[in-house]
Amino acid sequence: MIAMGGARLLVERNVRAYRRQWFVFASGFAEPLLYLLSIGIGVGELVGRIPGPGGELVTYREFVAPGMLAAAAMNGAILDTTFNFFVKLKYQGVYDAMLATPLRPFDIAAGEVSWSLLRGAAYSAAFLVAMLLFGLVHSWWAVLVVPAAVLIGFAFAGAGLGATTYMRSWTDFDLVSAALVPMFLFSGTFFPLSRYPGWFEWVVKATPLYQGVALERALVFGALDWTTPLHAAYLIALGLVGVRIASRRLATLLTA
Amino acid sequence: MLESLVDATGLTKRFGSFTAVSGIDFHVQPGEAFGMLGPNGAGKSSTMRMIGCVSPVTEGHLRILGMDPAVDGPAIRARIGSVPQEDTLDTEMSVWDNMVTYGRYFGISHALIRERADELLRFFQLIDRRDDKVDPLSGGMKRRLTVARALINQPEMVLLDEPTTGLDPQARHLLWERLYQLKRSGVTLVLTTHYMDEAEQLCDRLVIMDRGRIVAEGSPRELIDRHATREVVELRFASTEEQERSVPLLEPGSPRVESLTDRVLVYTSDGEAALGLLAEHALQPTSVLVRRSSLEDVFLLLTGRQLEE
Repeated sequence: MIAMGGARLLVERNVRAYRRQWFVFASGFAEPLLYLLSIGIGVGELVGRIPGPGGELVTYREFVAPGMLAAAAMNGAILDTTFNFFVKLKYQGVYDAMLATPLRPFDIAAGEVSWSLLRGAAYSAAFLVAMLLFGLVHSWWAVLVVPAAVLIGFAFAGAGLGATTYMRSWTDFDLVSAALVPMFLFSGTFFPLSRYPGWFEWVVKATPLYQGVALERALVFGALDWTTPLHAAYLIALGLVGVRIASRRLATLLTA
Repeated sequence: MLESLVDATGLTKRFGSFTAVSGIDFHVQPGEAFGMLGPNGAGKSSTMRMIGCVSPVTEGHLRILGMDPAVDGPAIRARIGSVPQEDTLDTEMSVWDNMVTYGRYFGISHALIRERADELLRFFQLIDRRDDKVDPLSGGMKRRLTVARALINQPEMVLLDEPTTGLDPQARHLLWERLYQLKRSGVTLVLTTHYMDEAEQLCDRLVIMDRGRIVAEGSPRELIDRHATREVVELRFASTEEQERSVPLLEPGSPRVESLTDRVLVYTSDGEAALGLLAEHALQPTSVLVRRSSLEDVFLLLTGRQLEE
């Protein structure tokens, strides 16, 4: 628990920093809702019923809502751990200051990931409430939607943090978008994988966002099977690898 | 004798094939103000970062507060204060929140932080700005805040890497005054500087560093006595011809005469006597300055006049 103590202090720092920017924090609640309204409900009116995770036909908004939730968890985690993290690392000297105190590089990596998860949990909980209000939740398994979103956040926060420690300048962030946008569009968020040729289906299944979408959708519809724990395991593994890389790289970058 | 707070033997720092610190030995005693004086690139900051446990030792022996920085980094950092060369204040927060946040990194309770932060902000004349953001503060205020913040854990030793570089004279003097009070209260100071006056004002003992090595060590007065002379005469002449003629005349009476492009420096125990030699040969400098030799003379004698970059 000593290890997590340092991470907690970093979370505390971020809370203090965001107190003056609560509107930035609040905007995170709006984004998935806007997607749900425009695509789920707007576009959904034009689309008929489509097959859900259990094979039964569901409305488009029912289908797309868990996808939006997973994508929002991804975007939130990525924003905190790439862009915001890079500014603190390279320009604001926030971590240099921390390392002059008893905190260690691992505390920084673990702290930023924890912060990102807490933030993601708040957003996904709010989104879940919205889904309930729209009548888009059909199973008691949905109580696990928020913890699952935290796992998605963990996977992407770890990956984002790890990748950012290798970035040299802002132009490298184009690579982040280059990875995220296709994932956002094609990972089963907006339509089922059955639309793809067989080989491409496997490419999509290898992406972390697909794992997250599949997990959320299974919970919302209560259609769990043996793949469900595998999705969760994939996300945890990615997050752990990312945090490990990030704390090692931070030690190299900040304590040369 | 008390155990030294910093104990370095053969301390070396390499970055790839570049050697920043080349096997230096020094010791810092409790309660003293220890300075590292040197030109840019002399290895001062690299040494400071090793003492601050934010940069691993490449080679040699280093103990801080009796502990090994490679093993006990967090425990050592808990007991020292660090003022890095570049301010690392948290620009997303107010002055007060900077103090609180930094204190929390040490795991100090909120109540204790509030008490200390209030006291420190008063001491460094920042209490009126406690709710302001950090960015609009002047350079001197930011620096004072960085020092105030570094004291929140009541450190036994404070590391100051070029504490007054870039500050205007008023800001420098205010900071010096505060650092001096701090030293008097028993806090050990370790500082780097390339200002001679700073070293003379603040340091009980210092090392002069050049190209990763220690080239001299002692109190400011000792260094001046050992490496310079009591007085320095600065002479300017109307022509180069006159200047050249003066040098051999001055040499017999003084241990060292240095002829620069614009002036002649005579290191001597008796400035007036040296001037007498010129008068005997009817040489009339256009300007004469007889002054006490300073650390700057020692520094330039030891590290040379070339600009190193």
